[in-house]
Amino acid sequence: MSEYHNPVTTPRTSATFDDYTLSEIRRAAATGIYDIRGGGSKRKLPHLDDLLFLGASISRYPLEGYREKCGTNVVLGSRFARKPIELKIPVTIAGMSFGSLSAQAKEALGRGASAMGTSTTTGDGGMTPEERGHSSILVYQYLPSRYGMNPDDLRKADAIEVVIGQGAKPGGGGMLLGQKISKRVAGMRCLPEGIDQRSACRHPDWTGPDDLEIKIEELREITDWEKPIYVKVGAARPYYDTALAVKSGADVIVLDGMQGGTAATQEVFIEHVGIPLLSAIRPAVQALQDLGMHRKVQLIVSGGIRNGADVAKCLALGADVASIGTAALVALGDNDPSLEAEYNKLGTTAGAYDDWHEGRDPAGITTQDPALAARLDPVLAGRRLANYLAVMTLEAQTIARACGKSHVHNLEPEDLVALTVEAAAMARVPLAGTDWIPGRGSY
Amino acid sequence: MTTRVIDLATNTVRELNGALHADKAHLHWQVLNPAGRHAIAAGLDAPATVEIDGHVGYYCAGMNKHASVLIRGNAGVGLAENMMSGRVHVTGDASQAAGATAHGGLLVVDGNASARCGISMKGVDIVVKGSIGHMSAFMAQAGTLTVLGDAGESLGDSIYEARLFVRGSVGSLGADCIEKELRDEHKALLFGKLEAAGLAGAVDVSDFRRYGSARTLYHFHVDNVGAY
Repeated sequence: MSEYHNPVTTPRTSATFDDYTLSEIRRAAATGIYDIRGGGSKRKLPHLDDLLFLGASISRYPLEGYREKCGTNVVLGSRFARKPIELKIPVTIAGMSFGSLSAQAKEALGRGASAMGTSTTTGDGGMTPEERGHSSILVYQYLPSRYGMNPDDLRKADAIEVVIGQGAKPGGGGMLLGQKISKRVAGMRCLPEGIDQRSACRHPDWTGPDDLEIKIEELREITDWEKPIYVKVGAARPYYDTALAVKSGADVIVLDGMQGGTAATQEVFIEHVGIPLLSAIRPAVQALQDLGMHRKVQLIVSGGIRNGADVAKCLALGADVASIGTAALVALGDNDPSLEAEYNKLGTTAGAYDDWHEGRDPAGITTQDPALAARLDPVLAGRRLANYLAVMTLEAQTIARACGKSHVHNLEPEDLVALTVEAAAMARVPLAGTDWIPGRGSY
Repeated sequence: MTTRVIDLATNTVRELNGALHADKAHLHWQVLNPAGRHAIAAGLDAPATVEIDGHVGYYCAGMNKHASVLIRGNAGVGLAENMMSGRVHVTGDASQAAGATAHGGLLVVDGNASARCGISMKGVDIVVKGSIGHMSAFMAQAGTLTVLGDAGESLGDSIYEARLFVRGSVGSLGADCIEKELRDEHKALLFGKLEAAGLAGAVDVSDFRRYGSARTLYHFHVDNVGAY
């Protein structure tokens, strides 16, 4: 008779305490400080992938893919501005600062966007002459810190974006660590070189929508009512924030979902504050519709936009423009596999590098190190961005034509269905194969 | 030099500011009946003198460059916010955030200034003949704030390189703000600011105390978490 052995079970790791979670607990225990990183939310969230277009059928008539026109232009700021701006494509570049990005990266963004007839946006720290020079349409951000803010640049801008929040950290400010505070960055911000520079989370001279209305009036007065004025919010309470921004006199609303990136903030903030873009667009559009301002006050959305399908889905849900940040940096060369050996030296891997705040980016994008920054060829990187924007636009047009639309803005919620119950509820479109929109009546 | 008079009882603020921006060659202006309207004389960019007879609302003389603006009355929130250069003088009191984020020029308040005076200031000189409210000079980066009266709670919280001179009492100092020795070079600096405000000899610089940054929060460190 053979000796009995207890069967051994396969070692099982916890779904709750997964490898990343365990490593973060160990890191926190060793350092006593929270983790800071760049980028947006990395965990899987309900997103635009959970939507599908229906396309044309017997009851819908498509447009010929390579022959019939499908418009992509959009005018922004027609509500109050004397000089609205026109983008040739429904994709723009989100605000990213000189300071968080190298001068070469900012130049490349300007070159790529200008080649495609769209805009770029400054960030915290002010406007550089190079950025103005290489961006045919430049949006100037008006931020709580007011670093580098001056009336001359305000007048040079094509539009002004009052930043109240961003998707990665609604309710949060920022911290640009001393490693990235070069002499030039420090000078533009009126602060000593090499110190950590805190960006405030609240504007210093107004609180609430009533004050915001007066602040917008001041900005219009200073610029003689020429410039479109945007109001940017992180996606949190999109219905009310949109309504209040409209009430405050905004020409354009910029709505940034939690997948939207940041130069640096706490991991816990990025992953646990704010809501996904998918869930934010329809409430914002609803607010515009309730006020009779849809397509009169334009809506720019951002946060995880990657391709023309994403753009088309945003427009179908009611947005006017989609904005990209992280994807634009990838197009420039961020996280490129050709730099794998250098990412390994930094303890990471291509595709996962997010310590943008440390200024050691081997791609020369999120750095102020002159040697690293010099690696990025702004002409070549700009061309890559232009190519990418062209592809996104062609993809959006392809889908729009398939849905029978002669302009991408003619896409509508009726063209969409959802793959999941969650996405159907958030996007307020039917679950695929049904006419059921959760929360909108019975099946 | 002729004075161009614009009466806000019959003209709009847009008409006023449009004229101020367009006619940079005209160097003397008078504004009547401001009645607390907002953004009066905002965005000036010429070495003109603008006299305003009455109370003004928010953001009067906002982002001023070169101009000298005199307000005979009180001023609302954000007086001379983000001023770059020139001079703004209010004969009465100023509301919150006077001189906020201003990069240069001189702001003189004959009366009191409310909370957050000089918040995030970036190089402006502010002289307040009365007292200032709480959280003044919050995150103040550069420039000077001189107060002949008292300062409220949390003066200079998270201050960077701005220099604060207070003759009266201070309710409390904010994080990383400390009293510093008032040496001769500081007295000379202070005298110059008082002189620019028309107060040379009117007050003794030795009566002031100097405050500034301890610079302990310039680099974020976990040991300082309790200070924030």
